[in-house]
Amino acid sequence: MPDAMEVSFVVNAGAVQVTTHPMARLLDVLRTTLHLTGTKEGCGEGECGACGVLLDGRLVNSCLVPIGQVNGSSVTTIEGVASGEQLHAVQQAFIDCGGAQCGICTPGMVLAAAALLDLNPSPSLDQIRIGLAGNLCRCTGYMRIFEAVVTAMRIKPAS
Amino acid sequence: MPPVPAIGRAIPRREGVAKVTGRARYVDDLSLPGMLHGLTVRSPVPRGIIRAVHYGAGVPWDEITVVTAADIPGRNVVALILDDQPYLAADRINHAEEPILLLAHADKQLLEEARRLVTFDIEPLPAVFTLDDALSGAPIIWGENNLFKSYFVGRGDVDAAFADAPIVVEGVYETGAQEQLYIEPNGMLAVAGDASGVTVWGSMQCPYYIHKAIAGLFAMPLERIRVVQMETGGGFGGKEEYPSIIAGHAALLAWKSGRPVKMIYDRAEDMVATTKRHPSRTRHRTAVSRDGTLLGMDIDFMIDGGAYCTLSPVVLSRGTIHASGPYFCPNIRIRGRAVATNLPPHGAFRGFGAPQSIFALERHMDRVAAAIGLQPDELRRRNFIRPGQVSAVGQVMADRVDMDAILDRALDMADYHQKRTRFAAANVAAGRTRKGIGFATFMHGAGFTGSGEDHLASIVSVEATADGTVRVLSASTEIGQGTNTIFSQIAADALGVDVEAIEIAQPDTAVVPNSGPTVASRTCMVVGKLLETACRNLRAALTDSGHLASDGDLRQACRAYVRERGPLRASAHYQPNEAARWDDERYQGDAYGSYAWAAYVAEVTVDLVTFETRIDDFVAVQEVGRVIHPVLATGQIEGGVAQAIGWALYEDVVWREGRMANSQMTNYIMPTSVDLPPIRVHFEEVPYQHGPAGAKGIGELPMDGPAPAIANAIAHATGVDVRRVPFTPEMLAHLVEAAGA
Ligand code: FES
Ligand code: FES
Repeated sequence: MPDAMEVSFVVNAGAVQVTTHPMARLLDVLRTTLHLTGTKEGCGEGECGACGVLLDGRLVNSCLVPIGQVNGSSVTTIEGVASGEQLHAVQQAFIDCGGAQCGICTPGMVLAAAALLDLNPSPSLDQIRIGLAGNLCRCTGYMRIFEAVVTAMRIKPAS
Repeated sequence: MPPVPAIGRAIPRREGVAKVTGRARYVDDLSLPGMLHGLTVRSPVPRGIIRAVHYGAGVPWDEITVVTAADIPGRNVVALILDDQPYLAADRINHAEEPILLLAHADKQLLEEARRLVTFDIEPLPAVFTLDDALSGAPIIWGENNLFKSYFVGRGDVDAAFADAPIVVEGVYETGAQEQLYIEPNGMLAVAGDASGVTVWGSMQCPYYIHKAIAGLFAMPLERIRVVQMETGGGFGGKEEYPSIIAGHAALLAWKSGRPVKMIYDRAEDMVATTKRHPSRTRHRTAVSRDGTLLGMDIDFMIDGGAYCTLSPVVLSRGTIHASGPYFCPNIRIRGRAVATNLPPHGAFRGFGAPQSIFALERHMDRVAAAIGLQPDELRRRNFIRPGQVSAVGQVMADRVDMDAILDRALDMADYHQKRTRFAAANVAAGRTRKGIGFATFMHGAGFTGSGEDHLASIVSVEATADGTVRVLSASTEIGQGTNTIFSQIAADALGVDVEAIEIAQPDTAVVPNSGPTVASRTCMVVGKLLETACRNLRAALTDSGHLASDGDLRQACRAYVRERGPLRASAHYQPNEAARWDDERYQGDAYGSYAWAAYVAEVTVDLVTFETRIDDFVAVQEVGRVIHPVLATGQIEGGVAQAIGWALYEDVVWREGRMANSQMTNYIMPTSVDLPPIRVHFEEVPYQHGPAGAKGIGELPMDGPAPAIANAIAHATGVDVRRVPFTPEMLAHLVEAAGA
């Protein structure tokens, strides 16, 4: 395996190119190289979901994704969820419903909720629970988060 | 027209937008030019004497900053209650994973290699890992008798009560350690130098604890030390005392290297090395009349403090005072002991000793009820403490407590009586699952115990700014629980402005006064009250100076004042409540200014094949004074209940030779979104005269009730006597088998 390779991909609708070890974690490239620190690290082993991003629209744990796999792909991080100052329906619902407390799980949780609603615009409570099962939250007990997803589902503009 | 009052409304969380957009800045999001990464090399053994340190070949050691105990400029002790814990072990090792030396380098990978190349010659010493070994004193590992602290509290004539008692019920109850598991691991960034002094930024609950600790470590005057709290990704007590150690370590490396040093723990390190909830064992002997009146309570409560004293005496104190619960009994004796073992020190965790002793009591109460053939709720009703009655430590209950009403409401919401009968009938039939319903009734004292608040002497300030907003200056940290938001509400209403006119200063010891630590459910009730007073003082100052007419606009008044006369600041200092008495020697008197009161009900299904317990419904009814923010308050209760469900069912710290063996999120399991029942929260509101707008403390309360409620529900479902937290499938399988045999 080469020590460094050039990787080109799209982050939040902007093209980027980085030269790095192919096994470097997407999480580190985002946080350190690209200064996108909204993506968080809670465990580094795929358990907590704090590092969640969308890779070609699918939710992944960026701590488990080697950068080599991202070549030619498109990544959405929490920084790319709002349109300018206009919050995404899920973000607004998290604020309104008390879905964010300490906020460390929130970037991953917002992306997981947005990805869930993209796949299934009107999930049942059980489907919401299952859809968020890869994202741990120690503060809320999840109830306000479920309510946020239900609220977002109701107000979500056709996107 | 005065604005609509903010208190009681669910205004948006003040830092909510920053949190949902990823803009909120946590310590690991910072980096400074020339910054190095720091790392801790820890002891591989639980107890021993360091004979030699070897730095193996394979990394450029001349490029790596190495700090040992010998490099410490000031005192090698973590300033807390006693001076027994070193920042870095110099020669003695007292627990596994104890810090021995520190490394820093710009390249994290190289640093990891360097850690692996450091080896020690350590002469092992026999170690103590259990309460029994600690008590038997074989060997003595701390002080003269392995005891950090003992309390004896009580009243009446307990021996006489037992001598005459028709019925005596005994039981021993245990609880295991629990990891706080905030999702943001601990971390600090430090700069340090002769000219600059020491500055640290980090994840923390108590900036002024760190401030004091660093002063001792560097033998440096307090003015030269600055501590800044970054956005903090959860604390739950786990960021109360331990951050002083990480801040000190990062600062030592920064001092020696002359470069900024960032030290972020990874999850495994955070789990093996930092504090957890104290394991406990409680023995109850209860004398009771045939009609269910408590005649005598004899309670022996013990916690495992780990290798150093840290906060164990205070945890023990709260656990001891809460051990007799929300009941009146004329004859009570409680012995509390905190013992030393060679586990890493246990520390602050939401509830602070009370969840342990309340688990024991509330499980025991169900067993007492069964022994005399009373319904569990009937036994409690006959013994609830009432206004004017006296607690175990001699506190006359001034609260307008009505535990009957709280219990009624909880049982009603849960449909307890109906289900209790229905489940009992259904469980007779053969089948794979059994259903049960159980509850716990309890209280939690808000604020520091006894005269603690007098010693803290907290201060809050507010400041009028040139643009007419008012800035709140306090060291009370936002760690997710909502400090920024409730402080904005309290200040806005006290000043008569909109919340948008309130700004909350980032906790920075160079800017904010010491409003005390963010612990003990004191932020809203105690610090919030100071804030309310400071705001009233600011209004009064503006009125006295002629800038504010009685119906005037406060923002305009602030602007005019600052333009004409310069900055305006008003403060409030904590004033001891003259009516409260507390005797620290005898441990008697008004233990807490007020209590939160609660009844929690759990409904469970136990699978008799897998022995898994599922919680189907959870009801939490409590009286916490006036509710400042309904959504945040509900979120506090739900989050606390979830954390307590984790403690009750899943979170099992496995110890191997004094070291946590399951230090990963893959094998230390916390509740996920599919594991929790609906958590139904209800508040009874009885305003408390000394709290801001009538509020009391709330944060710790929900940790106390779920474990015993679930244990009682499991006992109802299966008939087995659950006495140890957590109620794992393995444990239930054993109990059910033993019961069947
Ligand atoms: S940091 Fe990636 S899943 Fe926890
Ligand atoms: S809000 Fe703190 S972990 Fe979810």
